[in-house]
Amino acid sequence: MLDLRDLSVRFGQRIVLRDITLQARAGELLAICGANGAGKSTLLKAALGEVPSQGTIRLNGHDTALSRPATLAPLRAVLPQDTEVAFAFTLGEIVAMGREAGAFAAEPEVDALALAAVGLQGRTDDDIRTLSGGERQRGHLARALAQVWEPVAPSGPRWLLLDEPVASLDLGQQLQVMRMARSFADAGGGVIAVMHDLNLSAMFADRMAFLIEGRLAEVGSPAQVMQAPLLERAYGCRIALNRGPVTGPWLVPQACVPFPLA
Amino acid sequence: MLSLTGPAVSSRRLPRLTLTIALATLVLVASVASLTSGAAGLGVGDLAGALLGEGLSPRDRIVLFDIRLPRLALGLAVGASLAVSGVILQGLFRNPLADPGIVGVSSGAGLGAVLAIVLGGLLPSTLTVTIGPALVPVAAGLGGWVTTLILYRVATSGRRTDVAMMLLAGIALSALAGAATGVLTYLADDRQLRDLTFWSMGSLAGATWAKFGAALPLMALALSLAPRLARGMNALALGEAQAAHMGVDVEWLKRLAVLSAAAATGAAVAVSGGIGFVGIVVPHLLRQAQGPDHRRLIPHAALLGAALLVLADLVSRTIVAPAELPIGILTALFGAPVFLWMLLRSNQFRRRQNA
Repeated sequence: MLDLRDLSVRFGQRIVLRDITLQARAGELLAICGANGAGKSTLLKAALGEVPSQGTIRLNGHDTALSRPATLAPLRAVLPQDTEVAFAFTLGEIVAMGREAGAFAAEPEVDALALAAVGLQGRTDDDIRTLSGGERQRGHLARALAQVWEPVAPSGPRWLLLDEPVASLDLGQQLQVMRMARSFADAGGGVIAVMHDLNLSAMFADRMAFLIEGRLAEVGSPAQVMQAPLLERAYGCRIALNRGPVTGPWLVPQACVPFPLA
Repeated sequence: MLSLTGPAVSSRRLPRLTLTIALATLVLVASVASLTSGAAGLGVGDLAGALLGEGLSPRDRIVLFDIRLPRLALGLAVGASLAVSGVILQGLFRNPLADPGIVGVSSGAGLGAVLAIVLGGLLPSTLTVTIGPALVPVAAGLGGWVTTLILYRVATSGRRTDVAMMLLAGIALSALAGAATGVLTYLADDRQLRDLTFWSMGSLAGATWAKFGAALPLMALALSLAPRLARGMNALALGEAQAAHMGVDVEWLKRLAVLSAAAATGAAVAVSGGIGFVGIVVPHLLRQAQGPDHRRLIPHAALLGAALLVLADLVSRTIVAPAELPIGILTALFGAPVFLWMLLRSNQFRRRQNA
């Protein structure tokens, strides 16, 4: 379990996150949603210790603030929003780093499977910096995937923490990546994904955590979170909700708050 | 502002073993060439004879064992140290343009060396006796260490190194160290002044076994530490946060990297003065040939750096014989254009990416 208790983050005087208490469970895909600036990415970064925070974070029982990188790396892998690579590493080298950096055994078969899982098989010799934005993003996802390839380790479940994993992907790739995350969770691992797209979140997530201005406004099943009053408050526009036969609740933004024309 | 990234490199790469063998051969060829050329007519045949235990004339023995061999050993060690410290600084700053000479680490090390030469006499004699001939290299290492720490503090915030900041900070640190060195020159007495002049000419001339022995511990420390940093350095190319998430103890890695880069640069500067651009040209050529993987880059850089410096030294002492061209001039003559070219390419690469 990834257990966040009373997590608060402030940047200078500004309080970015306020008393977030949230548990992510193994075997579940938890989507963190909210408007721009609501604190979604900050919540993920705080959970990873990338930004200083108050409160406690426990991953499978380890207090992460007191744990060494080598202890945590076998338990969780991270896909950041954007990764700048300093040298001309190939895609294959980047994916292999997922295991090699932390002194795990290198496993070329795992690397190949991870690349195939994101649709980049056969591209191992490409310079990562010559790939398109979407390919780069999927390449780094393959690296994260290779790092925690078995969703359940002998010591407990493994975790994928993804910051906007589908941000620069086309429709087909979005579904591919979300299906991959879904099957990681179905196999017993835990997935936490910061998501912009509510419809995709509702389609794939077991639970959604919805942030408004740094507070946890709602946590629950997509049906619980996808409620017009909450979403209208968060996004400042009228929203109509539908129910798809396969996809569950999905929303259509209606006439937004009209712009003054003059 | 310049981009972090260097030019894109073709992914066609030499097989690992081929390159290692080629580089080892190059070191061997350079070494033989270095041992067998010079004013005294001591050729390949004499060298082979000496190896087989045949007698050399006393004069040839002195030329070989007391002049050329220490000079070769020093050249190999200095070249390997400079190249490896370039690789480490570049990995640490996540930028292929970091070079101990350009970012001020050499100047800082130089200040340390000058401090030791001029003010070393003020130290308690128990200390100078213990450290002995290693005083100048150790002081240079300390100077390089302090400079690298300041540089890292100024140029790098958690996520990225700003190239412009790194180069500007390097200029400022070099100027500061240069000024302090100037002040010390005024304080120096005649004998120290002569030591300083010889030292600052940046050359392998006057290499002795004593000099080599004084610098060896620091260089050995750095060169044996460096390969242990390789895996972490690879991960660090993705940024500090990602490296940590992949299991690298980033703080520990950075400390070791700064320490080994400073030790290597300090020892090299202490015994050979300011030899620039080896640390930037060698890693650059190797990244083109084999890619940026530090597990191969570090040992290969040691080999290529050693070979290139020995060859440069060979040219510097034969091209205007019987006089000697300071080797630093030669390395700058070849290295500075490469540096400019890399700067140009990295700028073009950034524009292409932004387009």
